[in-house]
Amino acid sequence: MDIHEYQAKELLTKFGVPIPRGGLAYSPEQAAYRASDIGGSAWVVKAQIHSGARGKAGGIKFCKSDREIEDAAETLLGKKLVTHQTGPSGKLVSRLYIEEATQIAHEFYLGFVMDRGSERIMVVASAAGGMEIEEISANKPESLIRVSVDPAVGMQQFQAREVAFGLGVDPDLVSKMVPVIMGTYRAFRDLDATMVEINPLVITKDNQIVALDAKMSFDDNALFRRPHISELRDKSQEDPRETYASDRGLAYVGLDGDIGCVVNGAGLAMATLDMIKLAGGEPANFLDIGGGASPERVAKSFRAVLKDKNVKVLLVNVFAGINRCDWVAKGVVDAVKELNITMPVIVRLAGTNVTEGRKIIDESGLAVISADSLGDAAEKAVAAAKKAA
Amino acid sequence: MAILIDENTPVLIQGFTGRIGTFHAQEMIDYGTNVVGGVTPGKGGATHLGRPVFNTVKGAVAETGATASIVFVPPPFAADAIMEAADAGIKYCTCITDGIPAQDMIRVKRYMRRYRAENRMILTGPNCAGTISPGRAMLGIMPGNIYSKGRIGIVGRSGTLGYEAASQLKMLGLGVSTSVGIGGDPINGSSFKDILVHFENDPDTDAILMIGEIGGPQEAEAGMFARDHMKKPLAAYIAGLSAPKGRKMGHAGAIVSAFGESAAEKVDILKGCGVHIVATPAEMGSTLMTLVSGAKKVA
Repeated sequence: MDIHEYQAKELLTKFGVPIPRGGLAYSPEQAAYRASDIGGSAWVVKAQIHSGARGKAGGIKFCKSDREIEDAAETLLGKKLVTHQTGPSGKLVSRLYIEEATQIAHEFYLGFVMDRGSERIMVVASAAGGMEIEEISANKPESLIRVSVDPAVGMQQFQAREVAFGLGVDPDLVSKMVPVIMGTYRAFRDLDATMVEINPLVITKDNQIVALDAKMSFDDNALFRRPHISELRDKSQEDPRETYASDRGLAYVGLDGDIGCVVNGAGLAMATLDMIKLAGGEPANFLDIGGGASPERVAKSFRAVLKDKNVKVLLVNVFAGINRCDWVAKGVVDAVKELNITMPVIVRLAGTNVTEGRKIIDESGLAVISADSLGDAAEKAVAAAKKAA
Repeated sequence: MAILIDENTPVLIQGFTGRIGTFHAQEMIDYGTNVVGGVTPGKGGATHLGRPVFNTVKGAVAETGATASIVFVPPPFAADAIMEAADAGIKYCTCITDGIPAQDMIRVKRYMRRYRAENRMILTGPNCAGTISPGRAMLGIMPGNIYSKGRIGIVGRSGTLGYEAASQLKMLGLGVSTSVGIGGDPINGSSFKDILVHFENDPDTDAILMIGEIGGPQEAEAGMFARDHMKKPLAAYIAGLSAPKGRKMGHAGAIVSAFGESAAEKVDILKGCGVHIVATPAEMGSTLMTLVSGAKKVA
C-alpha cells in the first residue's frame, strides 16, 4: 500500500526525522491560509498524488505571495497529473501540501528497501540527491552506498555513520545525520514498510537536516497489525476497478483488453494472460480468486470483472487444489444467472472434483462454452472476443 | 528416491484441527502419506482423524519421531509455527499459509541460521501448494491424482501452474519424481537454486522443469547455477510476460521493481545460461518430452 508525501512525513517525524514546516490544503483559500500560518516569504505548493516525478509533471510550484499560492492551488486541484509512474490516465489531485521553501546547500538520496537477494532490509544512499533512483543506478552507479541490516540486532550506529561519511556529509554534521538515518530505519521496521525513500534529504544553508520529500510503501500482508497505516489509504489514487475488487478481498489488476479473466492462483492467472496474448487477444484484467473459493466468492469475482465495461468475453480458468471444481461450477452457474450475463463465457475446469464440476455446468442449461485445456480456453476466448468486436 | 519426502517420512500437521488443516490432512492420509499426528496448542491429548494431537512440536517429535511438518497456521502466527518446527528438530517443513508479513519471514530465515547447516531445517514456502513425491507421499494441498510417478522434477512458485504442468506431463505419459512449491512470497524458505541442488543429486530425477514468474532475483540465480553446476537438463517457463511494471500480480513477490525482474529479462538471462525456455504455458509438457527423449538419444 502506498501513501501520500505528507502522510509519510507525519510518520517519519515521529521517528525523529526533521521535516520543513507545512500543512494540508483542500482549497486555494486554505492553501493561502496555511502559508500565512507557516510564515516566511516563500512556499512550495505540492500536489499530493501516489507517484514520484511530480516536479517534472508540473505538480510542484514555488510561490512568493498569497496570490501565487492561490493560483497554483487553483491550477492543481482537480487536475489529473500524468507522470511516467501513473500511466497515461494520470492521478487526480485532491489534496495539496503547502510547505516553507528550503534553502538547499546539499541534497542526498536516502532509501530503505526490502532486499530480496540478501533477504534483509537494505539502506541505499547516494550523494546524487534529487535524481530518481533509476537515473542514479543508470548514470551514477559509483555514487551508490549500500548497507545491509542484520535482522537479529537491527541497524547499528556505525552503519549509519558509514552511510553519512560515505555521502560526504561534513564531519560536524554527521552526529545530526545519524539519528535521521536510524529514525528512518526504525520507521521502516516498526511500521512494516517495504520501501522508504527520502529524496532529497537536504542539508540547508543554515546547516539543518530536513527530509524535503518522502515516499513510503507498506507490506499488505502486515496491515492486519498496522491499523493506523491502513487508515492512510486513499482510494481516489487507485483504479476504481481495483478498489472494488480489493475491498472484496480479491487480487485484481486492471489491464486494457476485452477478455475478462477469472482464474485461481496467481501463477496460473499470469499464465492465462500470457496465453491470451500469445493467441492474439488482449486480457482485461488479472484476477486471482484465491484458495478455498466459495460460490459466493466466484460470483463476487464475476461482478468485479464486469465492472470493466470493456469486457466482451469472460474466461474462467480453474485448476482446483485447495478449492473444488464443483464449488467453482456452482459459483459460475449462479453468477451467470444472477447477473444475467449474455456475453460468451468460456469455462475450463480441472483438478479436484472436476467431474462433478463439469456436470453442474453441463446441466445448467446455460450457453457456457467449455474448454479442456489452457491453450484451448485461450483460443476460444480470443475467437469469441474477435467475433464480439 | 525422490527428494525431501517419501512414503516413510513421518509427517506432522501444524494447525491440525482447523477447517483447512483437517480437510487437507485427510487428503494426505488418503494419499498414503505417513501422517503421525498434529499440533494444535491447547488441544494436546485429543485424537483427530485417528491421529494424536499435541500442544507443542517438541512434544509431538518426542512422541512420534516426526521428521517433516506442514504448516496451516494463520498468517499472524505462522512465522512462530515455522520457528517452533525448526527448534524441535524437524528436518523438512513446508508452509502453505499465504499472507505472512515479509519482516516475519526475514526473522524466520535469520532464526534458522542459528542451527548448523547439517541440523538446519529445510523450509519451502510460505504461500505454496506444498510438495509431492507422486505415489509415495503428499505434503500439500494439491490434487494428488493429477501427478503420476516418474522421473521429472518440478519446482515452481505457483501452485496451480504446477498442477497445470503435472497434468500436461501426465497426458504425455511423463511422471514426476517430486514436485516442490517454493511459494509466491518475496522472502521464502528455499530458492529455486536450493531445490535444483537436490534434484541434481537425486538418482531418480532425469530432467527438471522450473516454473518461475516476475519479481526477485531467484530465477536468474538458478540459471547461473544450472550453467555452472548442473548436468541434468533444465527447462523453464516464466509467467507474467504481460504484467505491467510496478504492479503486484497476486503473489506478494510477483512485482517487477528492479532491473532484471521482468519475465522477458529473466527469459533472456536463462537463455544465456543454456536453460531450455518453454515458450508458452501450454507447452510445459511437450518441452520436457523433447528434453527427455533427446537425452535418451544422446545416452
